[in-house]
Amino acid sequence: MTTTPAPPPAATREAYGPALVKLAEAGYDIVALDADLSASTGGNKLAGSFPDRWFTVGAAEANMISIAAGLASTGKTVYAASFAVFMPGHCFDQIRVHIAQQRMNVKLIASHGGISVGEDGASAQAIEDLALMTSLPGMNVVVPCDAVEADAMICRAAEDNEPWYIRLGRPKLPVIYTEGAPFQLGNAHQLRDGSDVTLIACGLMVEPTLRAADVLAAEGVSARVLNMATIKPLDEAAVIRAAADTGAVVCAEEHNIIGGLGSAVARTLALHRPTPMEQVGINDTFGQSGPWQALLSEYGLTADSVVDAAKRAIARK
Amino acid sequence: MTTTHASAVDIDALLEVCKRIRRHIVEMTHSAQSGHPGGSLSATEIFAALYFGGVVRHDPSNPQWERRDRVILSKGHATPVVYATLAEAGYFDAELIPSFRSLGTELQGHVVRNKPAGVEMSGGALGMGLSFAVGVALGHDLDDLPEDEGQIFVVVGDGELNEGQNWEAIMSASHFGLHRITAILDRNHFQNDGPGDEIMRIDPVGDKWAAFGWGVQYVDGHDVAAVRNALLTARARNDAPQVVICETVKGRGVSFMAENPAGWHGKGPSDDQLAQALDEIEAGLT
Repeated sequence: MTTTPAPPPAATREAYGPALVKLAEAGYDIVALDADLSASTGGNKLAGSFPDRWFTVGAAEANMISIAAGLASTGKTVYAASFAVFMPGHCFDQIRVHIAQQRMNVKLIASHGGISVGEDGASAQAIEDLALMTSLPGMNVVVPCDAVEADAMICRAAEDNEPWYIRLGRPKLPVIYTEGAPFQLGNAHQLRDGSDVTLIACGLMVEPTLRAADVLAAEGVSARVLNMATIKPLDEAAVIRAAADTGAVVCAEEHNIIGGLGSAVARTLALHRPTPMEQVGINDTFGQSGPWQALLSEYGLTADSVVDAAKRAIARK
Repeated sequence: MTTTHASAVDIDALLEVCKRIRRHIVEMTHSAQSGHPGGSLSATEIFAALYFGGVVRHDPSNPQWERRDRVILSKGHATPVVYATLAEAGYFDAELIPSFRSLGTELQGHVVRNKPAGVEMSGGALGMGLSFAVGVALGHDLDDLPEDEGQIFVVVGDGELNEGQNWEAIMSASHFGLHRITAILDRNHFQNDGPGDEIMRIDPVGDKWAAFGWGVQYVDGHDVAAVRNALLTARARNDAPQVVICETVKGRGVSFMAENPAGWHGKGPSDDQLAQALDEIEAGLT
């Protein structure tokens, strides 16, 4: 499970199909399910080499989730894939009762998360999925910042019997972990150290957050950058340490500011170490059609927004 | 191992089992002063036939036996009939029954997987059981279990069929060519808000199932011998998923419940009502 150096930009969703094939070739007892979106999730790649290990259930996400639970009850490691608006959107109750309450060995692969889906518009843009999934006891919720980290997560999920929600995205992103992702469930990864403010990001906001740190550095502001790829269980120790060391925190995510990474960090700070904090995210509104980069700008998911938020947080010290 | 595949079963013994199950149902809903007696009494012969009629291959001393048949309660609120049956079958001590629905008990209000051992699936949110069965059947097929092992029996309510997920599952079971699944419809004609024909009509329900590619049988759901025969027939069929439509009466065996099924969907009897119910069950009145 190695990576080639300096890979071209890739969507996090592109990691899924190859990871499935890799797991099946390694002998993992996996079964993968899709719901009529397999060319987009990449799940159908498993059908090429392991046709008996892949099923599409048609456009029926609720059925897919309960089928996944039944398969898991026979000892399989099950991957179920759809778009983040449909899973959990069409099947939250099935995920709640059959996956989370039964603690089934099912890995939910939610592709096309966030507003970066682009032109399809609001109904296709999941801005609330992390809120739903982090509210379920026992659910591991992770968001990779690049395709290398996505691969690491998808493979790591096969190592335990727990339910996972892995949120992938549609657009091609620059690769951050060119020499392999150090992903560990529940651990923040510090990409850069700093003393004036800590910038905590996940998913596609990690790369602009690194650029924001560069801008801040040029202005004499020293910013720590954490890739918080695990939203649940949250690395509370890293958050508390960041607050103690830098005295100001910014969270950046491609999700509603209510119920995602920023909410989880705010809760941790409020309970353990009240600290000035600012959020960059979707400001409790639905999206619209448009090219994905234009949408990120329209809704303030940019390096500039992170810079401004950092300055506001520092000013509140 | 208590796998039972008897060609002949003592019907009188089955009738006695039905009485014991019904007694447990009214007693546990009386203890809890809640729970769902009506839809449990309607399913009593179904569960008696499954577990005591030689239909289900199972082993109470080894509930996780990989080649076992599985009984799944999709109408997950009808726990009293499940707990009564599992206790009678030896899965747990019947002395636990009065703890039904109390704090800390294994006997939860709606089914929870492996609580107690023998409960195969968590439910209570309607419409999920057939999909779960499709997953189990796919897993068994992948593991090359012989056709006559790992059968899956799913008890479904008629009100429950309002939920669209059932029809997704029914469609997919025949699409995937799954032959281990037998659905058992407890056709008691009442749902939470009242008569099914008024709330949301599902007829011609058998024709709908057949149109989706399933084998369909109709049976008097309170004729335990007939239910048993239909289930054994369904179990032996390896050409299509099967459904046994059991015509039943909600509250069967307790007159005041059967006469007012909508009133006895989800509550427990009083002391006096319990005494009357136990008398009627003992007398075998219907």
